[in-house]
Amino acid sequence: MSKKKSRRSHGSDHSGPEDHAQKGPQHPGDAGHAEHTFGSVTDKISSIVLTRKTSRGWLGGLLFSCMLLMVLMYASAYLLARGIGIWGTTVPVGWAFPIINFVWWIGIGHAGTLISAVLLLLHQDWRTSINRFAEAMTLFAVCCAGIYPLLHLGRPWVFHWLMPYPNTMGLWPNFRSPLVWDVFAVSTYFTCSALFWYMGLIPDLASLRDRATGRAQRVIYGMMAMGWRGSAKHWQRYEIAYLLMAGLCTPLVVSVHSIVGLDFAASIVPGWHTTIAPPYFVVGAILSGFAMVMTLMIPLRAVYRLEDFVTNKHLDNMAKVILATSMMMAYGYLCEVFYAYYSGNEYERYVTLNRALGPYAWSYWALLASNIVCPQIFWFNWARSSVPVLFFVSLAVNLGMWLERFVIVVISLHRDYLPSSWRMYYPTVWDFAHFLGSIGLFFTLMFLFLRLLPMISIFELRELVHEAEGEA
Amino acid sequence: MSRTPVPKHPLYGLLGEFEHPAQLLSAAERAYQAGYRKMNAYTPIPLHGLSDALGQKPTRLPYLVLAGGLLGGCGAYSMLYYACAISYPYNIGGRPLNSWPAFIPITFELTILGAGFAAFLGMLALNGLPHPHHPLFEVPAFSLASRDRFFLSIQSGDPQFDVEKTRTFLESLSAKVHEVPQ
Repeated sequence: MSKKKSRRSHGSDHSGPEDHAQKGPQHPGDAGHAEHTFGSVTDKISSIVLTRKTSRGWLGGLLFSCMLLMVLMYASAYLLARGIGIWGTTVPVGWAFPIINFVWWIGIGHAGTLISAVLLLLHQDWRTSINRFAEAMTLFAVCCAGIYPLLHLGRPWVFHWLMPYPNTMGLWPNFRSPLVWDVFAVSTYFTCSALFWYMGLIPDLASLRDRATGRAQRVIYGMMAMGWRGSAKHWQRYEIAYLLMAGLCTPLVVSVHSIVGLDFAASIVPGWHTTIAPPYFVVGAILSGFAMVMTLMIPLRAVYRLEDFVTNKHLDNMAKVILATSMMMAYGYLCEVFYAYYSGNEYERYVTLNRALGPYAWSYWALLASNIVCPQIFWFNWARSSVPVLFFVSLAVNLGMWLERFVIVVISLHRDYLPSSWRMYYPTVWDFAHFLGSIGLFFTLMFLFLRLLPMISIFELRELVHEAEGEA
Repeated sequence: MSRTPVPKHPLYGLLGEFEHPAQLLSAAERAYQAGYRKMNAYTPIPLHGLSDALGQKPTRLPYLVLAGGLLGGCGAYSMLYYACAISYPYNIGGRPLNSWPAFIPITFELTILGAGFAAFLGMLALNGLPHPHHPLFEVPAFSLASRDRFFLSIQSGDPQFDVEKTRTFLESLSAKVHEVPQ
């Protein structure tokens, strides 16, 4: 009967005695700041949505994000009118900013699924305070990612040709192409993440419905909660469904970035055609995703006074994940160099030399500095408990992961087999407009989410309180 | 007072309110022992062992998810096979038309998609959601079921149900009792 309970308590033992001794509170129930109860966690999180006045900071942030979103709209309208020639993308660099941004955003999304699904299966209870937020981040990042391949099609109005459907042309998509696999992977990823996220929200929406102060609130949250009553039968099915979804999302998240890696690996471009690409892309995705969660969570917990829930312990754990994945990336970079040397292939060797010493060498060295060197500071305890250091490193990793995709896409393409086709790549103002614009889209969605939905899973926090009481 | 013979009871049932999860768990066991069957418990957190105490069966949901996954996977592979080997065969250097390794990624993705939809929609369907209105929502105290109170409802449809006796029974379990209108 109490299988879950026992594995949960096993999980908290698992998080290590040294962590406890060092960082103290793990559960909100025994947090030093306040003694939390079922009522207090429910009220605190739901009041952020229901009763807290709309702050000027939030309004300002939303307006600024909307301005950037307008940049995206304008740039996209211009793109549709003029074609993709407005970008710097050209032969031989036919996959420039749009694909860099696509891979960057998809990678950021991965931390959300990792935190919500993989850490659930690994019994890491500390995930509870950040999983809702991280899942929202996944959804919004995938929204941003999805824009680029569509716009990059050149004729985005026929994007449905990517889908198999009976058509008068009698044609099918090329199912043997990784680019078509990508369509299926990303759309499945978005759908399953959305379902998982919404499923997690249902009991909390019921809490909001029951706490609502106005009729509009009650009706809207009531509709979204779909009549959830929290009955024993509801919970029984819910928990099974939640666990199964987590189990399904775990291989899914690995498959998505592997397939993105195959987009590159299945081609014959030097620097892309390596078997290490899929796992290396997955690890990079985890690294960038955790960095993004940290970048967003640090200001948020200060603004909304959530230090009781998102404790230094969470930041410490995320810093450790960043350090570990950064070391794996270092291994990946070393492997690439070794492949080039050991393959004896002159084109592979040239790409490697061109990365380190060619016209874009700055991006390669900047990438190594921000992805590999910066996170090394997390070996030290003081760095993992210093908020400014954590914030700085997370920004550096975000930048570094963007540069990594720049290195992979642009440096490989701009000089491949035929020296007569070599050409430098220069982004145009529209490339930057689309990039900044997607950041605007991301933050617009994020600000709306923070205001309208509970950013921390309320019912899972109540469960933690319950377990803390049981242990006490 | 004996049970009213009319099929439609004026009450949906009685609702006992408890402060602590342990009280609810033992109340559920006692109610089951007392012979009540048409009852349900409402909690702000999933309580393990509660379904067992109420005599509820394990859910069929995992089979639905399995079926959804199989449907997605088999459907995907059939589509790929039909497209590449039957509908639009395309000879690329004599390579096999049923090139199964290249079909794995899409088959895998659609398996997950099918299973994911089955898990989500199956959970909703088996739970009878969406169900915007329910008699329990008429009880003001029930709003605490999503905060910090634990409830046990015994429905008037239960053969053992009797307003007075059931009320006394619930009170004997130290519950605060609410009447739930139909």
